[in-house]
This record gives sequence, structure tokens and C-alpha cells, in this order.
Amino acid sequence: MNLTLKVWRQNGPEAKGHMDTHALEGVSPDMSFLEMMDMLNDQIIRAGGEPIAFDHDCREGICGMCSMFINGEAHGPGRGVTTCQLHMRSFKDGDTIAIEPWRAKAFPVIKDLTVDRSAFDRIIQAGGYISVNTSGKTMDANAIPIPKQDADEAFSSATCIGCGACVASCKNASAMLFVSAKVSQFALLPQGQPERETRVQRMVDQMDKEGFGNCTNTGACAVECPKGIDLSNIARMNRDFMSASVKSKK
Amino acid sequence: MSNSGILRSSLAKKYVMALSGLFLCLFLLGHLVGNLQLFIPGEEGQQAFNEYAHFMTTFPLVKLLSYLTYAAVLFHVVDGIALTLQNRKARPTGYVKEKGSANASWSSRNMGILGTIILVFLVSHMQNFWYMMHFGPIDFDSDGLKDLHAVVMRFFGPENGLAGLAVAGYVLAQFALGFHLIHGFQSAFQSLGLRHSKYSPLIERAGLLFGIVVPALFASIPVYLFYIQL
Ligand code: HEM
Ligand code: SF4
Ligand code: FES
Repeated sequence: MNLTLKVWRQNGPEAKGHMDTHALEGVSPDMSFLEMMDMLNDQIIRAGGEPIAFDHDCREGICGMCSMFINGEAHGPGRGVTTCQLHMRSFKDGDTIAIEPWRAKAFPVIKDLTVDRSAFDRIIQAGGYISVNTSGKTMDANAIPIPKQDADEAFSSATCIGCGACVASCKNASAMLFVSAKVSQFALLPQGQPERETRVQRMVDQMDKEGFGNCTNTGACAVECPKGIDLSNIARMNRDFMSASVKSKK
Repeated sequence: MSNSGILRSSLAKKYVMALSGLFLCLFLLGHLVGNLQLFIPGEEGQQAFNEYAHFMTTFPLVKLLSYLTYAAVLFHVVDGIALTLQNRKARPTGYVKEKGSANASWSSRNMGILGTIILVFLVSHMQNFWYMMHFGPIDFDSDGLKDLHAVVMRFFGPENGLAGLAVAGYVLAQFALGFHLIHGFQSAFQSLGLRHSKYSPLIERAGLLFGIVVPALFASIPVYLFYIQL
């Protein structure tokens, strides 16, 4: 396949960026999108240019590193896939493909297509954990009876890989899907109960501080999420935050 | 704990949006029932409508409800603007290519514009009818009540050279309201955390029905009044 690629190039966080156009020939439809990017970088390097910086790690859909806003959608046109799982057969010979970084105030561009997603880490640090005593007398998790349905739901929420596609796709750059998945994975389990209320308050506070937008329930996040995290997580967080705010002492 | 306080949180703003929006949905129902009396023909219709208008402007409980409605509009509009501005700030640099229609409905992406159209309509609507009822030059009917019926008939009749335009504006605003509600009704439940695999599909269908039937009925009134006076 022969493609025209329009790629966002930006030298650093403060630099002004622009779209650069490249022609790439002989792309195999069996390549993943990232392999196509490698091929493009190879071509750029051979011509003496500076390769395009983009994030990637596992290349099998589990780490959440690969980002890229492809042809107007996070992770491109596929559903339930990350960019590393997107294949060039999703495009046609002769296509023009626009490739941009995630866009959000809370995700500043580092270089080209890489953005700083540490805002997500700070949200997790604010409360996305359970405090357990690890003194050696830790209770066996399997000794706690948990309804299968709850365990399954908690597991679904826990499959969020923190990629940020939800923020990237949301017209408001809202992080609600991510945060609600991380709230839900504990809210659904007995181990999560002691800190259930402080957790949701702290995480929402941090989310707001990071400068993410407000959810308007467009549902774009859930459509673009590679892990199928759904909107019931957001509703659960809305519910939990309300009851926590009403009940809390301060 | 939450030292930012519930009222400054993004979620609280959403609760306000949802509660004020749902309250306004109730208001719409009440208002519609009253307006539908304009379909009653002749003197009987005139009487019924004027009595209703009189009741609405004088009965104490209704007065209270009307103040609540003003408050709901105020909260909804101010909060809506605040949210929209914050959301713009959350993405200072936009995408060169963005395919919004791939993952979200048109109305969900245009709530601000739809709301603004409703607001413009609301202001002119208040001026044309509310202001006339309260402060305008207005005649009295045979029962000695303010004849709002005549004001409405005149507004959508041949005496008003711009009646056709008024009807068109009215219908357009109802379209905006319809799309606002088709997304907004179910969205409000989601904002309040009221989502359930059994009931949410019902809420969604109810919202669709509400968003089509209520604006359609509202819009049918000026069309009808214009038509019978042609
Ligand atoms: C009778 C008139 C109106 C009704 C019944 C109504 C109803 C609603 C409802 C139910 C929602 C959903 C709330 C949620 O998602 O939680 C909503 C959202 C919204 N409304 Fe209205 N609305 C009306 C008028 C207006 C006006 C005049 C504006 C003008 C600014 C406006 C602006 C908005 C905006 C911007 C949203 C989206 C906010 C968000 O989801 O965060 N609405 N409306
Ligand atoms: S919710 Fe989905 S889209 Fe958002 S960070 Fe998690 S996996 Fe990515
Ligand atoms: S590189 Fe790990 S998910 Fe794509």
C-alpha cells in the first residue's frame, strides 16, 4: 500500500508544532500501525532526518503506552484496540492518514506524538489503592466470599490500562472514564470498602486539580476505550461521590 | 476531607445541571398542559386560557413554583456556561482532524449551542407573553380577566406582519429543545449516578419520547393558531 501520512511534529513542550507530510510506499496490510511508524522512521533516518517520537512498549495491547490520534479518533478507526493492535488493513491504498498526539491541557506534549500522562499517576497516588497490612499476617484474599458477578465487574473495571484514549476522545478532555474505572475496581469489592468514600473524594479532587474537563455524558470515551470500560463506571463514581460528600465531616 | 468542597467539584456542577434540567422538564410539562388549552375553539377557549393565565400569575403556590423555575433557569444557564468554558480550557490546542460523529451523538456534542438557542428563544418568549401579561398594554375579557388569549392570537395572526417569522422561530426553538432533551433527559440520570441495566434503557426511551412529543406539541400550537387565522 502507498500512503500519505500527515504527522504532528513538535520539538519540545514549549515549541510550536506543525503537521508534516510524508509519502510512504510499500506498506504491508499485515503491519501493525506501530510497525508502519517504524518503517516511516526508518525512511526519515535514512534521509538524514529526525525520527518521529511516539510512545509504545508492550505492542500487544496491555501496557497502554501507545497513543496517537489517528484520522480523528483515538487509536484510529478500530474498536476495542490500541494503536499497536491496529493493522494497516484497516486503511486503503492511497489513503491520507492524520496522526496527532492526545490533546488535553492535563496531557502536555513532550515531543511530537508523546504526551505526559503522569496526571493519571497522581490521580492513582491520591487514592487509587487499598491500604493493607503486609506484616506477614495478611489475610488470604480468597477467604473472603465475593459474589461472582461483583468479582467479574470489578475485574472488567480493573482491565483499564490507563492509556488515556478516553481523555483524548472526549470533546471536554474529561478523565471520568479512567478515574471511574479505578474507583470502581475497589468499590465493587469488600477490600475496597474501608476507604471507599475518601478514595472517591481524593481521586475526583485530584482529577479536577489536573485540569481535565467535565463529563457531559457524550459517551465517546466508552466507544473509543480499547478495554470496553463502560459508562456504568462513571455512574457509580457519580453516586459514590455524592454519598461521600453528603456523609463526610468536612 | 475533600478540601475543595463539594460545591467546587466538577461532579457537583454536574448534579446542579442535572437537577435543574430535570426540574425544567417538569416545568415544561406543566406549561404544555396550560398552553394546549389554546386548541379549545371560540369563547370557551378564550375563557379557559385566560383563567389559566390568571391562576398562574396569582395563586401563591404557583408563584413559588415560578420562582423555583427562574432559579432553575439561572442555575442551569450559569452552570452550563461555567462548564462549557472549563471544558474549552481543558483542551487548549485542538485536533487538526477530529471525527466527533464516530463516537458520540450530534445532540450530545452540541448541548451548549442547543441551550443557547433555547435561551434566546426564552428571552423573546418572555418579552412577547410574560411581559405583556405582567406589564404590557393588555385588554380585559368579559370576565374582567387579562386577555392573554387575545395577545397570543394577535401575535400569531395577520395583525402581526412578522407572524410567519414568529412561527418559524418558535418551531426552530422547539427543534433545539427536542435535541437538547433527547440527550439531556437520560444524561441527567447518568450525572446523578442513576444507572441500572434494567431501568436505564427505559429512561433512555422515556427521554426520546419526551424529547419528541413535548416539543412537537409546543410547536403545533403556533402553527395551528397561524393556520386558523390565515
Ligand atoms: C426548558 C429548558 C431546558 C431544559 C428542560 C433543559 C434540560 C437539560 C437537561 C436535562 C440537561 C442534562 C443535564 C446533565 O447532563 O446532567 C441539560 C444539559 C445542558 N443544558 Fe439544558 N435545559 C434547558 C435550557 C437550557 C438553556 C437555556 C441553556 C443555556 C445555556 C442550557 C444549557 C445546557 C448545557 C450547556 C447542558 C450540558 C451541560 C453538561 O452536560 O455538562 N439548557 N439541559
Ligand atoms: S478507561 Fe479505557 S480509554 Fe480510558 S485510560 Fe482506561 S483503558 Fe484507556
Ligand atoms: S504498546 Fe502497549 S498497549 Fe500498545
